[in-house]
Amino acid sequence: MMVRYILRRLAFLPLTLLLVALATFVVLRLTGNPVDIFLDINRTPEQVDALTKRLHLDQPIPIQFLIFLRDLAHGDFGESLQFTGSAADVVQQRAGATLQLAGTALALAVALGVLGGIACAVWRDRLADVAISSIAVAGQSMPSFWLGMLLIEFFALQLHWLPTSGSGDLRHLVLPAATLAAILLPNFVLITRTAILELMGEQFVVTGRSKGLSRARVLLTHILPNAANPVLSFLGIQVGSLMAGSIITETIYAWPGVGRLLINSIFHRDVPVVEAAVFFIATTIALANLLVDVLQMLIDPRIRRA
Amino acid sequence: MRRRRLFGKRFKIAVGGGLLAVAVVAAIFAPLLAPWDPYQQDLMLRLKPGFWSAHAAPGHLLGTDNYGRDLLSRLIYGSRLSILVGVASMLLSALIGLVAGVIAGLKGGITEQAIMRFADAQMAFPDVLLAILMVAALGGNAVNLILVLGISRWMVYARVVFGLTRSLSQRPYVEAATLYGGGDGYIMRRHILPQVMPVLIVVATLQVAQMILQETALSFLGLGLPPPAATWGNILAEGNTRLFIAPWIANLAGLSIIALVWGVNMLGNGLREHYDPKMMGR
Repeated sequence: MMVRYILRRLAFLPLTLLLVALATFVVLRLTGNPVDIFLDINRTPEQVDALTKRLHLDQPIPIQFLIFLRDLAHGDFGESLQFTGSAADVVQQRAGATLQLAGTALALAVALGVLGGIACAVWRDRLADVAISSIAVAGQSMPSFWLGMLLIEFFALQLHWLPTSGSGDLRHLVLPAATLAAILLPNFVLITRTAILELMGEQFVVTGRSKGLSRARVLLTHILPNAANPVLSFLGIQVGSLMAGSIITETIYAWPGVGRLLINSIFHRDVPVVEAAVFFIATTIALANLLVDVLQMLIDPRIRRA
Repeated sequence: MRRRRLFGKRFKIAVGGGLLAVAVVAAIFAPLLAPWDPYQQDLMLRLKPGFWSAHAAPGHLLGTDNYGRDLLSRLIYGSRLSILVGVASMLLSALIGLVAGVIAGLKGGITEQAIMRFADAQMAFPDVLLAILMVAALGGNAVNLILVLGISRWMVYARVVFGLTRSLSQRPYVEAATLYGGGDGYIMRRHILPQVMPVLIVVATLQVAQMILQETALSFLGLGLPPPAATWGNILAEGNTRLFIAPWIANLAGLSIIALVWGVNMLGNGLREHYDPKMMGR
C-alpha cells in the first residue's frame, strides 16, 4: 500500500522535472533574446553567430524546446564559457557544498524553530511567547545579508572565533549555516506556534485533558504528532526560500556552491552554466518536495487513504 | 479564562501603521525634510561619522558616505524608492494574482488547470532566482524592478484567491445568483470580490514587506537600481563594503529597513487578526 503510493508519486517525478525544464527554458529564452542578455555591447558578429547556433535560436521556439529537452536528457548543457569542462560538471563540482550548507541550515532552522514554536504555544501570551514571537517577526524583517555582515564583524573580526569566509573545515560552515538558518527560523517558529494553538482547541485534545492526562502528556501524544504535518507542508514550501537564501549566503561568505556560481556566471554571461545551475536548483526543490510528500504520507495515514 | 494579550491587534495596527506613516511622510516630503541634496558629493568630507562622534562634520547629523554625501538625506530620499518599488510591485502582483485566481476559481476545468499548474510550476522556482534572471535580462531600472518583483510573486495571491473563490462559488447564495441569471462579472463584483478583499489586503500588506526586502537582496547582488540611486538597499550594500571603517552607514540603512519592514509586518498581522478572529492564535 505504502510502497504503491510512493511508486505512484515517483511516477509523477518525470512530469515535475518536465515542468522544471519548461520553467528553466521559459525564463532563459522568453525574458529576452539570450544573445542580447549574454553578449555585451562589444560583441562581434562571430560571437553572435556562435551563440545563436549553440542555442539553436535560428529554429522555431517549440523546436528549440525539444532540442533543449534532448540535450537535457543527456545531461548536456554545453561547454562552460568561463571554466574548462562541461557546464554540468562545473555545477556538479559545487553541488555538494550547496547541499551541505542548505542541509545544515534547514536542520538548524527546523530544530530551533519547532522548539521555539512549542515554547510560544505552551506559554501563550506570556513573556516567553511575546519575546520569541516578537524576535521572530523582527527576524523576518531583517535583510539577510546585513545579518551575515554583522555576524562576520562580531564573530570573525572582533572575537576571532571563526573565519570570515571561504570553506574548509567545519568552522567555516558555522556562520553561513547560521545566516541561512536565520532566514527560515522565524517562519518555522510562527508556523509551529499557529499549528499547535489551532490543535489546542480540537475536541480530542480537550477530551484528553478532561480525562486527566497531564498537559505535557497531551502535548507529546496528542498535539505534536498532529502538528508535524502542517509543519512538514510548510517545510516543502520553504525549500524554495532555502535555495534562494543559499544564493545570497554563498555570495556573502564566498562559499563555493552553486548559488555563488550562478551569480558569477550571470555576470560573466556564461549561458550554459546559468542553465545548468538553474536546473540544478529547481530540481533540488522538486525532489525535496517529493521527499516531504512521502514523509507526510508515512506519518499521517489519512493522506495514504485519500 | 483568557489572559489579556500583551500585543493586541490595535497595538499592532497602531505601531505598524505609525511606522509606515512616518516612512510615507518622509518619502512624500523628502525635498523639504532632507537637509542636503542626496547626490551632492563632497570629497573633503568622506566617511565622516555623525553627531555621536567628536569628529563629526558640521551639518551632517548622521554623517557622510564614501563620496561625502549626507547620509540622512540619502536615507530620507531612499524611503521614496523603497516604498515606491515595494508598493508598486505589490499592486502589480496582487492584480495579476487576483484576476488569475478569480478566473481559475470561477471557470474551473481546463482554465483552472492551466492557471494553477502554471502557478505551481513557478512556485518551484525561487522568486529571487527568477528576479535575478529577469533583471540580468532586462537591466536594472525602477520600472523593470517593479515588473520583475511583481511577476515573481503573483502566485501567492492567485492561490489564496483561487481557494476562496472556489469555496465561495459553491455557496448557496452564489448558486442562487447564478440561477437568477447573474453573469460572471456580476457574481465577481457582487459576491466574490467583497469577500476576497480582506484576505487580499492582509496578504498584500505582508507582501509589501517581502518586496522591500527583495529589493535590498537584489541590490546586494548588484542587480538592483544602479548607483548612485539612493535606495535603502543600495545604501546598505555600499555600506557593507565599508562596514569596518564606517559601520554607521550600513547599520543606519539596516535599521531603517528593519523599522519599515517590521512596521509593515506588524500592520499586516494586526489586520489579519482584525479580519479573521479565527486566526487569533497567529
